Amino acid sequence: RSTELPPEIRNGATKKMNLFQAINDALGIALAEDDSVVVFGEDVAFGGVFRCTMKLMETHGSERVFNTPLTEQGIMGFGIGLAAEGMRPVAEIQFADYVFPAFDQLVNEGAKYRYREGSCGRSAGGLTVRMPCGGVGHGGLYHSQSPESLFTHIPGLRVIMPRSPIQAKGLLLAAIRSNDPCIFMEPKILYRAAVEHVPVGPYELPLSKAEILKEGNDITIISYGQPLYTCLSAIKRAEEDLGISAELVDLRTLYPWDKQTVFNSVRKTGRVIVVHESMVNAGIGAEVAAAIQEDHETFIRLEAPVARVAGWSIHNPLLYERFHIPDVTRVYDRIKKVLDHVIS
Amino acid sequence: MRARRASSLSQRPDASHVSFPGALKSAFTSSLKYENPEAFPALPTYRVVNQHGIVVDQSFEPDITDDKVVELYKNMMFVSVMDLIMFDAQRQGRVSFYMVSAGEEAVSVGSASVLDPEDVIFCQYREQGAFRQRGFTATDFMSQLFANKRDPSKGRMMPIHYGSKELNIHTISSTLATQLPHASGAAYALKLQRLRDPKSKPRVVAVYFGEGAASEGDFHAALNIAATRSCPVIFICRNNGYAISTPTLEQYRGDGIASRGIGYGIETIRVDGNDIWAVREATKKAREMALEGGGKPVLIECMTYRVSHHSTSDDSFAYRARVEVEDWKRRDNPLTRLRKWMEARGCWDEAKEKESREATRKEVLKAFSEAEREKKPPMRAMFEDVYEELTEDLKAQMMELKDILDRYPDEYEVGEFEGGKDSLKV
Repeated sequence: RSTELPPEIRNGATKKMNLFQAINDALGIALAEDDSVVVFGEDVAFGGVFRCTMKLMETHGSERVFNTPLTEQGIMGFGIGLAAEGMRPVAEIQFADYVFPAFDQLVNEGAKYRYREGSCGRSAGGLTVRMPCGGVGHGGLYHSQSPESLFTHIPGLRVIMPRSPIQAKGLLLAAIRSNDPCIFMEPKILYRAAVEHVPVGPYELPLSKAEILKEGNDITIISYGQPLYTCLSAIKRAEEDLGISAELVDLRTLYPWDKQTVFNSVRKTGRVIVVHESMVNAGIGAEVAAAIQEDHETFIRLEAPVARVAGWSIHNPLLYERFHIPDVTRVYDRIKKVLDHVIS
Repeated sequence: MRARRASSLSQRPDASHVSFPGALKSAFTSSLKYENPEAFPALPTYRVVNQHGIVVDQSFEPDITDDKVVELYKNMMFVSVMDLIMFDAQRQGRVSFYMVSAGEEAVSVGSASVLDPEDVIFCQYREQGAFRQRGFTATDFMSQLFANKRDPSKGRMMPIHYGSKELNIHTISSTLATQLPHASGAAYALKLQRLRDPKSKPRVVAVYFGEGAASEGDFHAALNIAATRSCPVIFICRNNGYAISTPTLEQYRGDGIASRGIGYGIETIRVDGNDIWAVREATKKAREMALEGGGKPVLIECMTYRVSHHSTSDDSFAYRARVEVEDWKRRDNPLTRLRKWMEARGCWDEAKEKESREATRKEVLKAFSEAEREKKPPMRAMFEDVYEELTEDLKAQMMELKDILDRYPDEYEVGEFEGGKDSLKV
């Protein structure tokens, strides 16, 4: 159990929850503790197509948990208006693949609201946007995307992706309570897969703080969301086969991200791989790799080039997903190559 | 507010109406007939006073004293005087950009004059009159136009992107129509806040936009969501005939913007936007309606004519005849129309007109020269308000900029900024 949790939560009651139940639990707590919280989107009233909003309308009323017309730009604009008048809207985009009609509202409005209001003091900070993301085995072009790096290029937004039910609950509560607009991306393949004993009380996990998931000395692997599990399996095999130890870092917040934890780890191991599902070019890996080599103290400790294992630079093809999304073999192979690398 | 769930509809045998869930009141017909939009007459345009200043709505009684009418007129005049001065100031390179409101002063002043001061307003950019009517001073306008240290947006926004916390007007952004779904959301917020505290004052949101902006997807999203969530919001369209160079014939083929409101299930009116009395009466009624039954949206389309160029970056004679513009200026204008009404009533005359124009000119010019001389905001403002707190990245970047300014002092002029480069210290 995470030491980040306060003792009363750590030692308190827990309940077995999968990821969608943990999100549902967080939303229920947020609605109960703050009557400015409002939950809406397409099909959220009956419980949501992924069951994340189950029973929320029945418990908290149809004024605060409701369906919107099918319009992503409308959902986003409506949420920004609510936030700008002091509410804490939690908007759902049914799939991250469908957030693009709302991009203007996110980039030009939600993200810039505080900046342009200046001393008028209004902002869209109360806004949290939830969206299921990532590969699910058969999602094809429009039910698989991970557009996180498009959001990390927008000043003003916080971009968050949890890996587990405990994390999802703590990070979502932190996002809803945050006074900056937050993009909360939920790896949909984990909705039912990941099950943990989740504390039933309200708690937060810190934003912009990475977590060292596993300590090691020879190589650092940086990832977030679903691929962390791929990395864990690859590390287990590599440690058995090669007699090394690897450190695994979960970024959790993708922007503004926790550079110090990453730098400290890389200064210790001297070797680093960044792993993510979305395509390699201009992805999160590009930013992390650039920052590592830009930091003098970290750069001089590098014993191999920073490596990236990520989706190919293609769309998400239905039939070929298992060859596209980084798997255990690709991560394992890259660990071997990075360890074999000798700077001459 | 009761949740409207899918009801258990079923088609009764031999019913005359369809019970499809998507259109409940639709009668069956056995004749194949497409509805032709041209078969419907254009929606009428409501007016109270004609272009000669004569009252045509016999039921009309002014709801305010003559002194208050004079105030409205002076607010319209303020906008038109400021417009002339600032347009020239831009031509002289003293401000970077400007947009005038000529011909549309009655829409913004008239509608704002019947809203409650606590009603929330969203603007497009040609609504200086609403700011003035709410109490924006010459200094407030000039501080923003010159981006000095009194500018609330701290020199970050182009001229005419005004905003005010005290006056409940959200800050203008350049992106067209994005404010429309904001208005729906803000109206829903006001509605929920009132449900939470039923003793609080009932409030509405008013949102302005042009007929060009109404072609954006956000217009569709905003009206539809406002109707389905029953939001107390008044959509006020300024249909002035042009979106930059694009005439309405290339903007839409339906009956203006008003006809669309009906399609969204929104109560709608078209008014003569050069008639401040018509705008006032329509907005007053809209505000009452917007608060009925827990809240609902209302659409007002104000017909007017953009007498001016689109902005200082536009020469409108490249796409429309000078004579057309001169014609509108001469034939009909919201200021002269109200002036005729006031003169007929005996509360205004040539001497008052001259005196008032001169006083307004002086007021604007004084604020102009003060604002021009004022210091710019501290440079630190460029990094602040991106997030609630400065992030580690932003602190590092601020220090990096400070370091550059320290080491290359001759390359940058920072003297005009309050506190110089020292405000960049972390």
